[in-house]
Formats: sequence, C-alpha cells, structure tokens
Amino acid sequence: MPSRIAQIKLVSGHPEVYEPCDDSFALVDALLADRINLLEHRPTVCMEVGCGSGYVITSLATMLGQEGDGHHYFATDINLHVVRVTHETLKAHGVHAEVICDNVASGLERRLEGMVDLMVVNPPYVPTPEDEVNIDGIAAAWAGEENGRTIIDKILLIADKLLSERGWLYMVTLTANNPFQICGIMRDKGYASRIVVQRSTEEESLHVIKFWRDADVQGEGKEPTSTNKTPSASVMNSLLSQLPRLPFWSSGS
Amino acid sequence: MRLLTHNMLSSNIKGVTNGFPLLIEAEKFIEKTVDFNPDFLKNMYPKIEWKALVSAATSMGYNQLPEEVEPSMLESEEFLKKFHHALLELHLEEGALICPETGRRFAVIKGIPNMLLHEDEV
Repeated sequence: MPSRIAQIKLVSGHPEVYEPCDDSFALVDALLADRINLLEHRPTVCMEVGCGSGYVITSLATMLGQEGDGHHYFATDINLHVVRVTHETLKAHGVHAEVICDNVASGLERRLEGMVDLMVVNPPYVPTPEDEVNIDGIAAAWAGEENGRTIIDKILLIADKLLSERGWLYMVTLTANNPFQICGIMRDKGYASRIVVQRSTEEESLHVIKFWRDADVQGEGKEPTSTNKTPSASVMNSLLSQLPRLPFWSSGS
Repeated sequence: MRLLTHNMLSSNIKGVTNGFPLLIEAEKFIEKTVDFNPDFLKNMYPKIEWKALVSAATSMGYNQLPEEVEPSMLESEEFLKKFHHALLELHLEEGALICPETGRRFAVIKGIPNMLLHEDEV
C-alpha cells in the first residue's frame, strides 16, 4: 500500500538540520487525521514555514497530491542547509514543493497576501535566554526566547496576512508557550481554534492547534483588558471541553 | 524555481517601494513536466501579474505567451497549455533575481532562491 506520508529512511539529514522528532510527527499525525477534511477543503496554495528536514511538507504533498490535483506547495526556512535538505527529501519521495530560503516569508509576503489556503508551522519554541534568538545554525531550530514566543508571535502576524478567507493554519506549540493565550490572540484577529493533537512525553507537552477564520468569533466583543492576560472564559471552556475527548490525554501517545 | 514562484516574490529590502518584479539573470534553466490542471490555472490567473510572467518566460527562452490576455482565452486549451508551461514547467536552476530598485542580487542555486536580507536591509 503506498505510503501516505514521508518515510523516515528517505528523509535527508545534515548536522545543522533538525531531524524529525515528536513535534514533527505530531504535526503530520494531525494532518493525516484531518486528511478527508483537507481534501474536501481543496487548498490551492499550501505553505510550510520552517521546513527543517522536509518531513512535514513531503508528507503533506504525499497525502494531498500535487498540481494535477490542484495543490501547489511552498516551503521556507531561514537556514540554507535546511532548504537544501528539504529539497533532497522531497526529491527522494517524488514530490515537489517550491523551496525558498527566507526569514519566515519576507520575499513572498506582499504578493502572496490573502492567498494561502493551508499553512503548517512547527516553530522554534523552546524558551531560551534572549541572546540565543536569531542565531545561526541548528540552534535557530529551537531558540524561541522567554516563554518561547518571539518567533511564534511573528509567524502568527505573517500567517494572518498570508491566509486566505478560507485559510487553515496548523501550528505546534508547547504548554510553556501558553497555547491558551495564543488562541486568545488569534481569536481577537477573528480565528476559531481547536486542539487537534496533544502529546505528553517526559520532557514536554505538545499541542497541535488548528486555526481558521470564523465570522462568529469575529462578531464577539473584545476581551476586557486585564493585567495578567488570562484568556476569556469562553476560550478556556472551548479548549478545555475538548481535552477529555482526546484518546491520548495521558502521558505517552 | 518556477515562474509561479518568481511571480510571487518581491524585494522586501527596507525603503524599497517597488520591489516587483525581480529581474531574472538566468544561467541555467531546465524544463520539468507537470500534470496539467486547467482549473488550477484558471484559479491562479487573476493573481498573476501577466507582464511579469511574459518577460520572465522570455528570459528563460520561452516566447509563446501572448502579450495580453482576453478573458475568452481562458477557455482555450491551447492558451492554457502555454500558460501552464510558462508558469509551472520552466525552472530556473542557477542564476539570480535582481531587485528592480536597488540592483541587489538574490542568488538562485540548485533551484532555490535565497531571499534572506542582511541586517542593514531589514
């Protein structure tokens, strides 16, 4: 039976490139679980920001199909070694994405505004002291500052610009990134959200969150300002109510 | 790098007001077959800057695109095949993309454009 996702043995490597790990697998599992919805949604322009080894974009292109099926892929990363490895991984699997070396999407931002129907991101999110952020090499793959949010927040701003009216965003976060707050921020921009995959390992708890534009969400009033920035009761209830239903809401997956 | 990508890239250097389209310096280009999907092309057409596509295709040795497009052409398979060929099947492997305002070169190596800006350009 043909593989629906990238095969680890075909994923290229390089000492400076982040190997696929729990977070990459969680993101691909989230996409695979939503595959029928994704196929029905027919995203024309799909994009991965921070493509690493190419495992995720390769899996995505494998599971949805290519231009003949109406899908076109872009993948970006700030690291030149990374984009070359992604290119090799794609080639090894016989799928194509347009790979660009860039800081998030600075070269694409203007022209691709409002055009991306599907965006997937596994951002650098491990909290680090400020001086480690935006350094070169493989450490860029995991340096995210304070609660790990500098790059996530930047990516969310750009995602909001690039996503189309029917755009979907899947993002991997850690509990340390305060995913509830992230959902609150996105809610203010008019996005509904849902945790689609949750994994807990000994070291960290990962959440893959799906965001999409929702007119009803936009219609609600703004949150009352508060100094400790807790998410609204309705955001909390919406997210908490989903957790007991997740089959892997326990340690391990 | 396909010409679809070229049509979506612009120079984001600080202070540049018109960074599109990037000029193409083509050292090596190839053709790669891509499955034809007319709906995809009709979907993309409104977002394409046509003149930029025509001149980009010319710089890659392909002169078959009409200078202007009438809406009725989008129903012609002959036109769509030319559009398809230019947009998706022409690949710049080695060369550079040049900012029209500053002349700054963005290298394209093994088909991958490097759009990273230096610290003083951000």
